[in-house]
Amino acid sequence: MLELLWLVPALPLGGFLALALIGGRLGRGAAALIGVGSSGASALLAFFVAGTFITSSRRVQVFRQTLWNWIDVDAFTPAMGLHLDALSLTMMLVVTFVGFLIHLYAWEFMEEEEGFSRFFAYTNLFVAAMLMLVLADNLLLLYLGWEGVGLCSYLLIGFWYQDAANGAAARKAFIVTRVGDTAMAIGLFLLFTQLGTLDIQELMQRATRQWPVGSSAAVAAAWLLLGGAVGKSAQLPLQTWLPDAMAGPTPVSALIHAATMVTAGVYLIARTHVLFELAPGVQLAVAVIGTATLLIAGCSALTQWDIKRVLAYSTISQIGYMFLALGVGAWSAAIFHFMTHAFFKALLFLGAGAIILTLHHEHNMFKMGGLWKQLPVTFWTFLIGSAALAALPLITSGFYSKELILLQAWNAPNGGAWLWAGGLLGALITSIYTFRMVFITFFGEAKQQAGKRPGTRIHAPLVILALLTMAGGFFGLPEFLHRALPPLPHGNESAVSELALETVAAISSVLGIFIAYLLFLRNREIVGQLTATEVGSALQRYWFSGWGFDWLYDRLLVRPFVVAARANKSDIVEQFYRIITDAARASYAALSATQTGQLRWYAKAIAAGAAVVVAIMVLL
Amino acid sequence: MTAAVVPMEYGLALAGILFVLGLVGVLVRRNIVFILLSIEIMLNAAGLAFVVAGSRWGQPDGQVMFIFILTMAAAEVAVGLALVLQLAQRFHTLDMDAASKMRG
Repeated sequence: MLELLWLVPALPLGGFLALALIGGRLGRGAAALIGVGSSGASALLAFFVAGTFITSSRRVQVFRQTLWNWIDVDAFTPAMGLHLDALSLTMMLVVTFVGFLIHLYAWEFMEEEEGFSRFFAYTNLFVAAMLMLVLADNLLLLYLGWEGVGLCSYLLIGFWYQDAANGAAARKAFIVTRVGDTAMAIGLFLLFTQLGTLDIQELMQRATRQWPVGSSAAVAAAWLLLGGAVGKSAQLPLQTWLPDAMAGPTPVSALIHAATMVTAGVYLIARTHVLFELAPGVQLAVAVIGTATLLIAGCSALTQWDIKRVLAYSTISQIGYMFLALGVGAWSAAIFHFMTHAFFKALLFLGAGAIILTLHHEHNMFKMGGLWKQLPVTFWTFLIGSAALAALPLITSGFYSKELILLQAWNAPNGGAWLWAGGLLGALITSIYTFRMVFITFFGEAKQQAGKRPGTRIHAPLVILALLTMAGGFFGLPEFLHRALPPLPHGNESAVSELALETVAAISSVLGIFIAYLLFLRNREIVGQLTATEVGSALQRYWFSGWGFDWLYDRLLVRPFVVAARANKSDIVEQFYRIITDAARASYAALSATQTGQLRWYAKAIAAGAAVVVAIMVLL
Repeated sequence: MTAAVVPMEYGLALAGILFVLGLVGVLVRRNIVFILLSIEIMLNAAGLAFVVAGSRWGQPDGQVMFIFILTMAAAEVAVGLALVLQLAQRFHTLDMDAASKMRG
């Protein structure tokens, strides 16, 4: 069964090829069958592969499959090779299974849209590229998948391309992540020139042999890879693209911009964790970036009115938690939170999509209200997802993963009270904005009548994801991950302290929900009074605009670039091309003057031409 | 070897003269019927050159080529006369310069 691993990414790729080549001629049913079917088959196969891997290979921790040599130039021989261990297995299962549920959901969600088969072609290509990314055994193949998901993200954000704003959002996402990708590419060059291979496992071994802890090469490589991760995972300072990426269809936001692609940076760092252990300074930076991002994004989420933007900022914030976990060396905790986050955030996005669909593409939460009676399934599943996002104690998976991260933030050798306090404050903010969203959307008076109710293909993914959201904390994932990743670092705190930290985290979560209840359900005037004050309204505007990062980058980078481009418009290269166009214009004018339309003139030209040809033949 | 009654140079000179006459006719005349006549003369000049050369080398190819030229000329006349009719109907003249609408 393990030998069929290559089919897992190949199936969605085949679906993409089929849809891209003949999708235009297929009906909607056939296109959906190929799109949903290929991703479903891939998920099923992934389950079988995972089952075989877990049950029959207690001793074999790794399965490698080399399909063919991709490039073979001297010492540079990256293969088309797949690497399956506990880490990539977890990623593969989440990507294929959540991907399949979202495909199923999109079948109904996109039913009325133009470009139905185009949508499934893109999403299939995305799943294939994402699987390539997580299964790759060398960094070059990983980079191929990395760029592939970036391309699909661009294509799908701009899916409704008739609206220019969507195109702008797509370009922004592409260009901002490109900054990180460039850093990552340079990191790859550095790793190859220094260590002479791109095979990840070999690379890690050579790195530990050749580089002492804190050596400049290790630090540089870790910084550059971190740059790539920060861009892809929308962390400080490259987080500005993700809120705008909500311009894409909602299933895309759930699949790419919540569950899978944006966590690729987390995967990259976990995969190359050896490098980060060799560069403790950079690892600390990862933790600091994560903490700062989770606080900044959490505050921004408090002030949004667009339900999808709330979720987008909350995604940035939750990935901040994963970075915090990576930064303190709790690699498995980060991947654990990745998995629970993939479940509950996909659930929340799909729930939001169901609301948006029934309310005729209404994104404004303040125009919703009172929906819990009209959309019961959506309400209950959304409530479960929100409880997990707010880390409601004991019954939700989000609590277990977030609590593990907070515990490690305090306990781990390179953690500390400050990181823990940041994470805890973030948890409080998280539960406030989450239940602000729930209370405003589902409670209060109904402001709009719901239109068409969502059907089975929307409800089924919601229910399945809700079940996973509740059960996801009990899989024992961290223990499983320790087959591939180092165990959780041990501090010197006692078990009492662990219980105390857990209690504090639980209290902060419940307290946040209570605050949200007070402010957004019981008495909304308090919020009005708060934002009416001068400081309050300034802060609200500041947070609403995402701490002004867009403004800053516009002034700092975009405008100077535009000015420089304008000033440099007629440089020497431009002159060269101008000569070409001028020559083409002049010869066009000269030749068109010869077209007099008079037959005798043409006859003369032919005679003269014949005379010239004869003369040339005679003379030469 | 058969005695060459007419030297080849004479025949080729005649063909050349006929060709130039035809060409001048094409270039100078404006009446489309005369232009077609002149083209006919040029074709026959070329055919004469073939026949003369064929007889010089004692080969039938030149005469075969002339039959081809005759066939082609017949086809050309069919098209040409159709053009004459069109010109007469649309412009009510036989002057070629009237039909110069396809100016650059």
